Amino acid sequence: MIKFKLSSLPIFSESEFREKALGLTSSGCRISSFFASAVEGKRKLYLVLSDDEAGTVQVITTQPAAVPGNSGELSFHTLTTENPAFHLFEREIFEQSGIRPEGHPWLKPVRYPDRRPAETDFFRVEGSEIHQVAVGPVHAGIIEPGHFRFQCHGETVYHLETAHGFQHRGIETNLIGGPRPADLCKIEVTAGDSSIAHSTAYCRILEVLSETAPPARAEAIRAIALELERCANHIGDLGALAGDIGYLPTSSYCGRIRGDFLNMSALICGNRFGRGVIQPGGTGFDLSDKIKEQLLARLSAGRDDFISAVSLLWDSPTVLARFESTGTVSQEASEQIGMVGPAARASGCGRDIRQNHPSGIYRTDCPKIAVSDKGDVFSRAWVRWLEVKESIDFIEKLLQGLPSGDVFIDGAQKPAADTLAVSLVEGWRGEVCHTAITGTDGRFSSYKIVDPSFHNWFGLALALRDEQISDFPVCNKSFNLSYCGFDL
Amino acid sequence: MIINICLSIAAALVLSPLLGGIINKTKAFYAGRKGSPVLQLYFDLFKLFRKESVISTSATFIFQAAPAIIFTSTLAATIFVPFIPGLPAPSFTCDFILLFYLLGLSRFFLIISALDTGSSFEGMGASREAFFSALAEPVTFVTILTMLRLGGGTSIQAAFRGLSSESWIIIILTAVPFFIVMLAENARIPFDDPNTHLELTMIHEVMLLDNSGANLALMEWAASIKLWLFSLIIVKILLPAEILTPAAYTGLTILAVPAVAVITGTVESVMARASLLKVPQLLFSAGIIAFLGFFLSLNQFLGW
Repeated sequence: MIKFKLSSLPIFSESEFREKALGLTSSGCRISSFFASAVEGKRKLYLVLSDDEAGTVQVITTQPAAVPGNSGELSFHTLTTENPAFHLFEREIFEQSGIRPEGHPWLKPVRYPDRRPAETDFFRVEGSEIHQVAVGPVHAGIIEPGHFRFQCHGETVYHLETAHGFQHRGIETNLIGGPRPADLCKIEVTAGDSSIAHSTAYCRILEVLSETAPPARAEAIRAIALELERCANHIGDLGALAGDIGYLPTSSYCGRIRGDFLNMSALICGNRFGRGVIQPGGTGFDLSDKIKEQLLARLSAGRDDFISAVSLLWDSPTVLARFESTGTVSQEASEQIGMVGPAARASGCGRDIRQNHPSGIYRTDCPKIAVSDKGDVFSRAWVRWLEVKESIDFIEKLLQGLPSGDVFIDGAQKPAADTLAVSLVEGWRGEVCHTAITGTDGRFSSYKIVDPSFHNWFGLALALRDEQISDFPVCNKSFNLSYCGFDL
Repeated sequence: MIINICLSIAAALVLSPLLGGIINKTKAFYAGRKGSPVLQLYFDLFKLFRKESVISTSATFIFQAAPAIIFTSTLAATIFVPFIPGLPAPSFTCDFILLFYLLGLSRFFLIISALDTGSSFEGMGASREAFFSALAEPVTFVTILTMLRLGGGTSIQAAFRGLSSESWIIIILTAVPFFIVMLAENARIPFDDPNTHLELTMIHEVMLLDNSGANLALMEWAASIKLWLFSLIIVKILLPAEILTPAAYTGLTILAVPAVAVITGTVESVMARASLLKVPQLLFSAGIIAFLGFFLSLNQFLGW
């Protein structure tokens, strides 16, 4: 997490901004967030770039120029044509602020197709042998709503386009004028399965803005909660992957083991998704010695169950044949579109916020980062398997060396005025980035959330290129991206 | 002959839904679950028959007629595989062609009723069904030809002599590919996943998506009769008819058909579903085994 005084942020001219943005992104920086915000009536673009090698975060800004002859409309020259990672961010900027990225190749709405219905056509592959398959937004399973449009030639998918916006709740606009006590509850349901990751990012924003440092014991409990969330979701996904290919033993055991890990979160705070654990200034719950012992016992049993259930997958040649070389995303493509999290690590991009931009307890200690190199369904499953084992070890280590003292410090509710703060957290899906800008009164004038799903949905589309359409479910599950985290 | 026809039909109607229940129970056992009751398919059929059918406005009479045609042609195929030996049964030269083409007729109507709905999912399922069944058909006929070589006749009755000391290896080389064909024809793992809800991956189930009520019940029932018929043929390929009394043969058949279901459930539990790209390879391998059996049968006196 990092903060900048707004007055200290240099405002570049558009051409300088463009040069800098393209230069930095081509020399190892990644786009963590890119959004428009109006400060004192002046609309500006903020580009948050993180350098994983150096562990630094930079923010560069520009003031887009007015479109000649069109009063009030602003525009800037698109960066997407030079770097595809900007693609979705620029569409979002246009939708949210009306600032037009001139020359953008695919300026479709991101979440609100009803506002510009004329521009919602799907990309089409032409030809008499091409057929389109539309899936969703109502799906056969109990999952979130989202629409998938396939352009197929027989069983082969030439192109997949995803359409979202079926469950936007206006979380970002709701946070403006905050912080308010109820805001934490909204943050916790940004993506319900990533409650800890998002609430940690939000609380860190408040803490960095108010210069309060949570006690060490609270930081350890936060990390325990975050890793438990990672374990539960990865285990659930490994089971669901097995279910998708009809491999029942792992599927049903993992469903139960995921429940065991969710119940460990419930043991800490009474809620299986860890709601209420993370509070600005520390944690809402302390771990008594009794709970600590219970957690350790359950963890060790959970690890044994997990290893025996998932080992069945790796021992079964039919499973490996199904997973291997299915839905491959090359390392190059993964870098180009700025993928994050386990999906990126499966393609060989060893980026992990816990290691590259650590905060809290991760500054002193960090689990080993799991990387694979094929970028296929197998690699994504394998990375999750490694991560769960690492995380369980890490939680045990934290529990055994739990620092003593308080878990809460007061004063995190009063942010500094005229400041921009960025916080990065490695959720189980990948990088969660929150960026807040406060006004002169110390209240949020802008709050931007980027869920890892925002970076990775296009990765799923690439994974499906030239794949069998019948492989879509297993590819989709191997990413398991969030619909509501994207829609906000 | 009438008695045997009635017995075959009655057994297929009454006992066939049991097989699906046994398979599901076996799978539940391997997965560490309790699983649904063995009689669940009977409850489902009972429930579906009492429901009304909703028919898409874009569907024509083909869609409405298909369930009855599929059901009756599948049921008609069962009369060629008599349940009790000894009693006269319908049998004529090359009757096995009629048997498998009655199943082919039912498949034809299943495919065109799926296409009739105009759903993109059902079209994909229909295309997969047509492709994979075309690959499975030669394997079926090669196995039957092998059995006829051994049995020395031209009707399917002659094919059911069962295991004997001099031809056991040929019988095994026939039963194994036929079992693989059974898995393919009945939409079982590794070819299809009967439990999946993912319409993009389905083959058989996706073609039933638009059916409801009694129409769906007839389709489901026809599918379980088909499974029953294939299981029965496998049992008849293996059971040695000559050394068993008719009573023992009938008793063993009743026990062995559920055993085939248990084996099917076990296969489904220990392996994952294959990628659709691998399905032709699986069927080709079955074909190679079947041809091996056939070549061996060309000279029955190899001295095994």
